[in-house]
Amino acid sequence: MSEREPLFSPKNIKSLTQPINLNNPITVQVLGICSALAVTVKLEPAVVMSISVLAVLAFANVIISLLRNSIPSRIRIIVQLTIIAMLVILVDQILKAFAYDVSKQLSVFVGLIITNCIIMGRLEAFALGNKPWPAFLDGVGNAAGYGMILIIVAFFREFLGSGTIWGYPVIEKLGLYELGYENNGLMILPPMALVVVGIIIWVQRARNKELIEQN
Amino acid sequence: MENLINIFVKSIFIDNMVFAYFLGMCSYLAVSKTVKTSVGLGLAVIFVLGITVPVNYLIENYLLKEGALAWLSPSFADVDLSFLSFIMFIAVIASMVQLVEMIVEKFAPTLYANLGIFLPLIAVNCAILGGALFMQEREYANIAEATSFALGSGIGWFLAIVGIAAIREKIKYSNVPAPLRGLGITFIITGLMGIAFMSFMGISL
Repeated sequence: MSEREPLFSPKNIKSLTQPINLNNPITVQVLGICSALAVTVKLEPAVVMSISVLAVLAFANVIISLLRNSIPSRIRIIVQLTIIAMLVILVDQILKAFAYDVSKQLSVFVGLIITNCIIMGRLEAFALGNKPWPAFLDGVGNAAGYGMILIIVAFFREFLGSGTIWGYPVIEKLGLYELGYENNGLMILPPMALVVVGIIIWVQRARNKELIEQN
Repeated sequence: MENLINIFVKSIFIDNMVFAYFLGMCSYLAVSKTVKTSVGLGLAVIFVLGITVPVNYLIENYLLKEGALAWLSPSFADVDLSFLSFIMFIAVIASMVQLVEMIVEKFAPTLYANLGIFLPLIAVNCAILGGALFMQEREYANIAEATSFALGSGIGWFLAIVGIAAIREKIKYSNVPAPLRGLGITFIITGLMGIAFMSFMGISL
């Protein structure tokens, strides 16, 4: 073994912060779109979903990273799916016990964390080749990048679509309805999540020119 | 019979996997660069959905649901294994994909060559697991209903990916703002297609 790396060496910090902006799992790596869009009508389910993904991704990364030298590469997909499914079952049961309403709203999307490409993608790309601690940071970083997009989309959809923030009727309290303001019902509909993500990508790439695709 | 057709049409247009639930978006975005490959992937998805959903339906109703084990012995009547459903479904899907891959390779080598890498990748396509989970949530009355739901969802996904691939082939020739090129414009087009598909919502079946 080489000498011990400090816990927060620059490389580790990078694997934590990179995914939040320049290597964001949703807008740059194109992973985990499926669940990202369906749970963003309101802030609350979006936050719960982000926390669930964070827990599953961080722990799956650590477990796979601990086992990385003993998993035969031919059957690694099944091993990964089993570990992810186990963690997701735990999250699902915890949600059902302590946050039943949110768990009903998320419906099948908690189960779909299993096939969320972020998790498989990070396991394949990072956890299989790195030590547990960097893998943990990578998991937290990627889940945070995912959660950030989820929360931004949910904020705009809830604010413009229902006029509330975390269930608190902001627009009504400001008295804008009396001035003739109307909620934009279109924002609640599923397709608008795609358009909002498209606009986030637009803003991000306009600010970071190196991300622009050529074609 | 009428009921089956209703479920079929409903799952193609109204409850479209891509536009209403965003399932299978990852491969939808990654593989939709040309029409040819997207047709191959779309067919593979219809195929795998059509097999895994009925199998998972049987597992759900004869093994996992509360009281489902009663056919084995009356003393199992209050066993509820439904918390195992995620792990069972994903295991069935992974093994079915493997099996389908071997069968296709043996009996239809040309199809196998055309599908290539997409067949194994379907195991982690959320549309497949989503199909199984929606089947569980909506509690279809019999296996025929579950099958028609599965085929309908598969065809709906097929339509979506072929549609976006055709649009992306054409959009290469248009002058999209640079930061929006590629992923960004694909998202916005999918959103617009979704709005178009919403016009089916008013139809009550």
